[in-house]
Amino acid sequence: MAKPLTRADGPASVPALLHRNAEQFADAPAYREKEFGIWQSWTWSQTRDEVEALALGLLNLGVNEGDFIAIIGRNRPYLYWAMVAAEMVGAVPVPLYQDANAEEMAYVLDHCGARFVIVGDQEQVDKVIEVQEDLHQFEHLIYLDPRGLRKYDHTTLHQYSHVQDQGRAARDEFIKELEARQAKLDYDSTGVMLYTSGTTGKPKGVVLSNRNIIETAKSSSAFDGLRQTDDILAYLPMAWVGDFIFSVGQAMWTGFCTNCPESADTMHVDLREIGPTYYFAPPRVFETQLTNVMIRMEDAGRFKKWLFDHFMAHARKVGPDILDGRNVSQMDRFKYNLGEFFVYGPLKNTLGFSRVRVGYTAGEAIGPEIFDFYRSLGINLKQLYGQTEATVFITAQPDGEVRSDTVGVTCPGVELKIADNGEVFYRSPGVFVEYYKNPESTADTKDAEGWVATGDAGFIEEDTGHLRIIDRAKDVGQMANGSLFAPKYVENKLKFFPNILEAVVFGSGREQCTAFINIDLTAVGNWAERNNIGYASYQELAQHPQVLATVKSHVEEVNASVAQDEMLSGCQVHRFVVLHKELDADDGELTRTRKVRRRIIEDKYSDIINALYDGSDEVSTTTEVTYEDGRKGSISATLTICDAAVSVVAAKMAAQ
Amino acid sequence: MLDQTDSYQTADGRTIGPVVMEMKNITLRFGGVEAIKDISFDIREGEIRAIIGPNGAGKSSMLNVISGFYVPQEGEVWYKGSRRPAMKPFQVARQGIARTFQNIALFEGMTVLDNVMTGRLTHMETGLFAQSLWKGKAEAEEIANREVAEKIIDFLEIQAIRKTPVARLPYGLKKRVELARALAAEPTILLLDEPMAGMNVEEKEDMSRFILDVNDEFGTTIALIEHDMGVVMDLSDRVVVMDYGKKIGDGTPDEVRNNQEVIDAYLGVAHD
Repeated sequence: MAKPLTRADGPASVPALLHRNAEQFADAPAYREKEFGIWQSWTWSQTRDEVEALALGLLNLGVNEGDFIAIIGRNRPYLYWAMVAAEMVGAVPVPLYQDANAEEMAYVLDHCGARFVIVGDQEQVDKVIEVQEDLHQFEHLIYLDPRGLRKYDHTTLHQYSHVQDQGRAARDEFIKELEARQAKLDYDSTGVMLYTSGTTGKPKGVVLSNRNIIETAKSSSAFDGLRQTDDILAYLPMAWVGDFIFSVGQAMWTGFCTNCPESADTMHVDLREIGPTYYFAPPRVFETQLTNVMIRMEDAGRFKKWLFDHFMAHARKVGPDILDGRNVSQMDRFKYNLGEFFVYGPLKNTLGFSRVRVGYTAGEAIGPEIFDFYRSLGINLKQLYGQTEATVFITAQPDGEVRSDTVGVTCPGVELKIADNGEVFYRSPGVFVEYYKNPESTADTKDAEGWVATGDAGFIEEDTGHLRIIDRAKDVGQMANGSLFAPKYVENKLKFFPNILEAVVFGSGREQCTAFINIDLTAVGNWAERNNIGYASYQELAQHPQVLATVKSHVEEVNASVAQDEMLSGCQVHRFVVLHKELDADDGELTRTRKVRRRIIEDKYSDIINALYDGSDEVSTTTEVTYEDGRKGSISATLTICDAAVSVVAAKMAAQ
Repeated sequence: MLDQTDSYQTADGRTIGPVVMEMKNITLRFGGVEAIKDISFDIREGEIRAIIGPNGAGKSSMLNVISGFYVPQEGEVWYKGSRRPAMKPFQVARQGIARTFQNIALFEGMTVLDNVMTGRLTHMETGLFAQSLWKGKAEAEEIANREVAEKIIDFLEIQAIRKTPVARLPYGLKKRVELARALAAEPTILLLDEPMAGMNVEEKEDMSRFILDVNDEFGTTIALIEHDMGVVMDLSDRVVVMDYGKKIGDGTPDEVRNNQEVIDAYLGVAHD
């Protein structure tokens, strides 16, 4: 067959990489998925056959070059293949967040004008059908799991396997066309379009070219020495750039195996069974796992608890040094090995981290205690900093230079500069092509020389060259007395307590800072159970006097720590309220990637914010909530407003 | 009126086939108490048939007659065109009738998977000896049965608790596991005894979804007893209403809803 266009130093498109892998690693596993209790696997050559059959089927349905094909569903090999097949036929794959509601979905589908939508199951089919009236370009819907769909009108609805079968049957008719279309793909053709989660305003479609994807995959794979024999677990949303780069970009580049869990609920069991060697998770996942371990240790027998505490203390002392290859005395090393046998090894096995060689966390700041916990166990957990517009990688921590308070040094090929206002700019081969149908925003974000504004404020440490991020540049403000206001900095410190799930700090242009706190139901609920504290609802637990007292002590601890930093000492929290509901993406309070939407929260809870500032002791409020299926309801509550002690500013103490 | 062998299409496009089971003038007595008095009705292939009625109306007794647990003093049970002689429940099960229980009857100490596998018992042919050696035919048979069990686990979305002992599960999930075990028998008729009892609204919605999906996907005929009128009216094709052991209504949900006798039984009658 005609070879797709190849550059001198390698294949020039994602489909070309697939063809290369199908020949080079023909019998090596490319994708695995647990289904019916067994890990089903596909080799690279089988993967090519599957992708090709789908691509032919798409041609049969009349996909044109330049069409957009939306892909919605949980991580499944079939949907990853759909992305590659879309590119094969010259179309642009657009993965969407599967938990988006119909409205959000309609916006994106309409914005890109998708003619084809490929979805996982009935739930997604229903959502698309609900909004299809308003979508002018929409024509065909392809679904994977036929369950519950038999009675649907199948004039524009197709089953994935049927599309493939038709493609196989019409192979002779379309194979020439498919080869011709693949041959046209080069470094500049669009590889994928990903929508940003939209912390502010509507999501924007980020267009990434094959150059972006392949160059980034190449340099990042080299940075961490990824191998063909590596395994990853694909469980993060397919619409998120990270998952695309790990499960498609790097997987295609190095030829490693992408493993898909059976369902979202079985993720932890599947993680343990696969034992990935390369693993990524947002801080929240690591936090949850650590909380679970700690809760279970609280319930363990006295001897086990002692063993755990004793060896964990030792691990914290020497673990990170051993991992970084620094000098550690023979005695300490011996004791660490003993600990590995009794505690660390079994614990890593339970967590599914026995084989992790490279682990990353990003997206939010991670608590130093959490970070150190994993590293002390000998798990090579590192941080990276990136965004969709950069095809993920901007900075990452090299082995041996890992700290919890930086995000690492620039990745190969990336240049950094810090603007006068502290905003971080970068330039790299991964810089996105444009925002689709939005030249204004493109021009705002990317200048003529290719420098891209991250929107984050930070600085580069002079002695190490590591980048440190303070906050979102637009969130950094000034308080009434002119001191610096960086809410995220304080919120992260608050969130490092297992009891606190989410925090939102207010104070821009005001005399003092105040905060909303969400308790973590798992941690606080377990504490309540152990202490015989009865509660009927989240709301009641959140307002329990002892819970409020605990949260207060956390806030005061944070105040003391914030006071240490001369620049940010004004950000101490004077008053706070524990919210009666969890902030939720379904209510628009968080983005789908769980980032706080400040402006919406400020509007929605303006009554509570007023109460925080007018000195009242409590506030009655009614909040509208949206359920998963889109219905609305409301909850009302009376919330206690608590005062927290603030610490004396460090600088003054030093001056005395 | 439809004939015994007629079939018809429902509004949502399912085909309801000929009569598969018919109860003819069933009367069941416990000593002097008449639990069921001269009741006749039929169940058609592929339909969801509900039996409703106030407490003590004799609904569960009726289900137990169908499952062979009780043998009625009078009347005949016709199954697939022939009269069914008095049978033990296991013989009825072999004929393709599976059930769930009002107060859950799972093996608490066994895992979900093992519980579902017990539902395959009627499909196993190798003996105890072959199975304990687990060679050749017994092994192949277990693999084949495991595949069926796994498909059902997947269908009912209980993969995450596959290896969890049943005793550790919450009530709503136990109900679902029980449904899985009944389905594993690949029954012709599935009997559900109050599948929604004690559930919250969300769990009820899930369970309703599963019942409809089972009927749709496997074409299983379902006979169910339920208290929740809303659920029954939404789910079923035809409804039998019982009160004090007598049949007081039979027909589509709409017909039953407008039946004066049914309204009286449920809402009470003014005595003046």
